[in-house]
Amino acid sequence: MSPLSTLTPRTLKKPSPARSRLRGGARYAPTLATVGLFLAMFAVGAGMYPSFLSGQVFLNLFIDNTFLIVLAVGMTFVILTGGIDLSVGAVVALSMMVSATLLQQGWNAGAVIVLVLLIGGGLGLLMGLIIQYFDIQPFIVTLAGMFLARGLCYVISLDSIPVTEGFFTGMAQAQIPLSGDLFVSPGVLLALGIVAIAFFVLHHTRFGRTVYAIGGNEHSAMLMGLPVKSTKILVYALSGLCSAVAGILFSFYSLSGYSLAAQGMELDAIAAVVIGGTLLTGGTGYVLGSVVGVLVLGIVQTFIAYDGTLSSWWTKIVIGGLLLVFILLQRLFARKAG
Amino acid sequence: MNEIVPVVEMTDIAIGFPGVKALDGVDFRLFQGEVHSLMGENGAGKSTLIKALTGVYTIDSGAITVLGEPQRFSTPGESQAAGISTVYQEVNLCPNLTVEENVLLGREPRRRGSIDWKDVRSRTREVLAELQLDHIDPGSLLSTHSIAVQQLIAIARSVEINAKVLILDEPTSSLDADEVNQLFRVIRDLRDRGVAILFVSHFLEQVYEISDRMTVLRNGKLVGEYLTRDLSRMSLISKMIGKDMEALAELDQAPARTRAGSGAGATPFIEAQGLGRKGSVSNVDLAIYPGEVVGLAGLLGAGRTEIARLFFGADKADEGSIKVKGASQKIRSPRAAIDKRIGFCSEDRKEEGLIGDLTVRDNLVLAMQASKGWARRIPRRVQDELVAEYIEALDIRPANPDALIRNLSGGNQQKVLLARWLVTHPELLILDEPTRGIDIGAKTQIQKLVNKLAADGMSILFISSELEEVLRVSDRVAVIKDRAMVAEINNDGVSVEDVMTVIAGGAQ
Ligand SMILES: Nc1ncnc2c1ncn2[C@@H]1O[C@H](COP(=O)(O)OP(=O)(O)OP(=O)(O)O)[C@@H](O)[C@H]1O
Ligand SMILES: [Mg+2]
Repeated sequence: MSPLSTLTPRTLKKPSPARSRLRGGARYAPTLATVGLFLAMFAVGAGMYPSFLSGQVFLNLFIDNTFLIVLAVGMTFVILTGGIDLSVGAVVALSMMVSATLLQQGWNAGAVIVLVLLIGGGLGLLMGLIIQYFDIQPFIVTLAGMFLARGLCYVISLDSIPVTEGFFTGMAQAQIPLSGDLFVSPGVLLALGIVAIAFFVLHHTRFGRTVYAIGGNEHSAMLMGLPVKSTKILVYALSGLCSAVAGILFSFYSLSGYSLAAQGMELDAIAAVVIGGTLLTGGTGYVLGSVVGVLVLGIVQTFIAYDGTLSSWWTKIVIGGLLLVFILLQRLFARKAG
Repeated sequence: MNEIVPVVEMTDIAIGFPGVKALDGVDFRLFQGEVHSLMGENGAGKSTLIKALTGVYTIDSGAITVLGEPQRFSTPGESQAAGISTVYQEVNLCPNLTVEENVLLGREPRRRGSIDWKDVRSRTREVLAELQLDHIDPGSLLSTHSIAVQQLIAIARSVEINAKVLILDEPTSSLDADEVNQLFRVIRDLRDRGVAILFVSHFLEQVYEISDRMTVLRNGKLVGEYLTRDLSRMSLISKMIGKDMEALAELDQAPARTRAGSGAGATPFIEAQGLGRKGSVSNVDLAIYPGEVVGLAGLLGAGRTEIARLFFGADKADEGSIKVKGASQKIRSPRAAIDKRIGFCSEDRKEEGLIGDLTVRDNLVLAMQASKGWARRIPRRVQDELVAEYIEALDIRPANPDALIRNLSGGNQQKVLLARWLVTHPELLILDEPTRGIDIGAKTQIQKLVNKLAADGMSILFISSELEEVLRVSDRVAVIKDRAMVAEINNDGVSVEDVMTVIAGGAQ
């Protein structure tokens, strides 16, 4: 073999800057599409019902969905690693049951909240450990987690338990005034704070980048020396913790605990994340997109409420349709980029 | 520092996988300031030894010391923290992240707990500049780059680490001479700064150029450790394959080209006229007759793979025409190409979709079954015979049809990929870098096989960065330059230099 046997200078195909910028931009495309969709729906709503175009209608989208926003944040982490967490709805219900029961027995609100967070985070951690060390599909493990949490709800009580404790009822009624006569609830601030933290963690910490790397190629991430195991476990613990927070927020909102509450909420959370532009295969997506995803779900509900004649099942049908459209959109983008 | 103590010392290492003893009593030493090549055939255990050192695999027995301390890393992360930086054989980066993120993943510079993205960018620029890769945009997505560039980025990542040991497992398999020189400049530089470098390549030329010392493995066993200057190429090869010199002489012989060739008046199997695609390649006039091997020569990035993709319908042509067996045809998709009995063994092993969780047999049978149609099941006995035949023809090791693809060594995976196309008996087979990562013995075997297939009447389009190899197997060579076909040379006694001149000058 002569040194000539491999050829000399290479004419590297340099991607033109415009093209690579476009490619980079393609990453945001599904999320931007969701933002566009949201704005369009808002505009249509304003056209049909003049009262729709009010700041408070917009803010109510947040107020009515604080818990879903927090759930979607946790779910975004999980889905970014290429996993799934089906237990979140049941953990929300469990958190509500535990708080309602303990508050009824006269526990201090602070202690209850800490305990609920520990239970939620602990359950998530346990599922993460099982997924990692027994190498079982997240789908199966979190499905089992869902049955476990839901079962525990029934064990606690079959009946709805009202919450009358001062702090919780205070939070339920509290309004934080903004300019004019606009207001939000304290829960909204908490949820948005969590979103901000999640954004920072995902984009500005090594843990966050590892989450993306695992979703991109788990084997590569391992060979690159990233802490794949601990990150995967932590992601489920985070999701469990978010579910507990969501449970508390939902308690503020509904002032009760009921074992059948939050049925199917895990699916709403997954839908919000996917509509927000995160790929179910992992590695691509933004937590802010998930928030917009929640708002889209919220606005669908608002529409139905404004209309007044439609059955609330229409919400499900519309969400189903949207989900399909977004998954098709993602396919399209994936194909273009690939 | 003490010159005598090796930076890495592995003694009596053994690793077994179900059914294979991948390493058996292997010793290996790596010294400060040396480039040490690990040599051996496909499946000899080179990558396994590297993975044993870096904590991807746990060793069954033996001892590892790094910098005088006994070590047993349990994850690649630990070995990295201990100063060992590795580029694994498979390009291992994350396609969904940008170049700069990949270069610094896990080591991003931080300021007050937050990643300092500005610093990430400037450090990436710096290391890319050191490898003379300034033209790569650090903010572009990894997946937008070719495999060769991805390989360079993986190397950039590894040299960015301030490591005491640098391990490069076949880093040059998709690079061309210029980039190899660039890499070697960096390697020498690091070596002079005292870094210990472990290098693996199947290109003997490169190994002799860069390494000071070699360790040879065969079938998972240690053959020996030698100074490069003490070991002639011939004796190195004979140590690698375990045969004596006579057997080698035969290996080195160019396979005799005996074939029907393109009789005047015959119809070409495929004929392209003015074929092209906007932004890709243009003006391809090429006919391939049954029983003929046509080579594509040109620099990397000249448009060779693009031409192959047009023939296969992986990209749609938007100018010119294609005739298959004399009849005008449009090849709109790979599916259509396969229906016309065209096969394309692509350079991208991962994309190509070898199914890693299936066995060698399953992969071959799937391909066979797909080409025969699903209605008629191939009887098990016929399956077994065919699979055994291809395992033998391509010397796939271990010769076990039930081995999982993902457990095969890199070179053996490449052989299975080739076999998968061969079982479908295409009439035109396009081979894009079919010998990448394949050892010299198997390489000659594949070249011979190409000859035999052509002698049996198959048309073959052969693409390789190794011009010598192209000339060895082809009847005609089409020269590609700047995304167009510039010349066609009949291969009667043409030398590598002749073709180089055409490529360089562009003049016919
Ligand atoms: N995870 C695994 N499970 C089972 N067998 C394995 C595994 N990894 C490697 N092997 C086997 O170990 C042997 C050595 O493989 P290895 O990858 O080290 O070869 P290599 O020398 O790097 O070859 P190449 O030049 O083709 O890259 C092969 O027979 C391979 O099939
Ligand atoms: Mg290898």
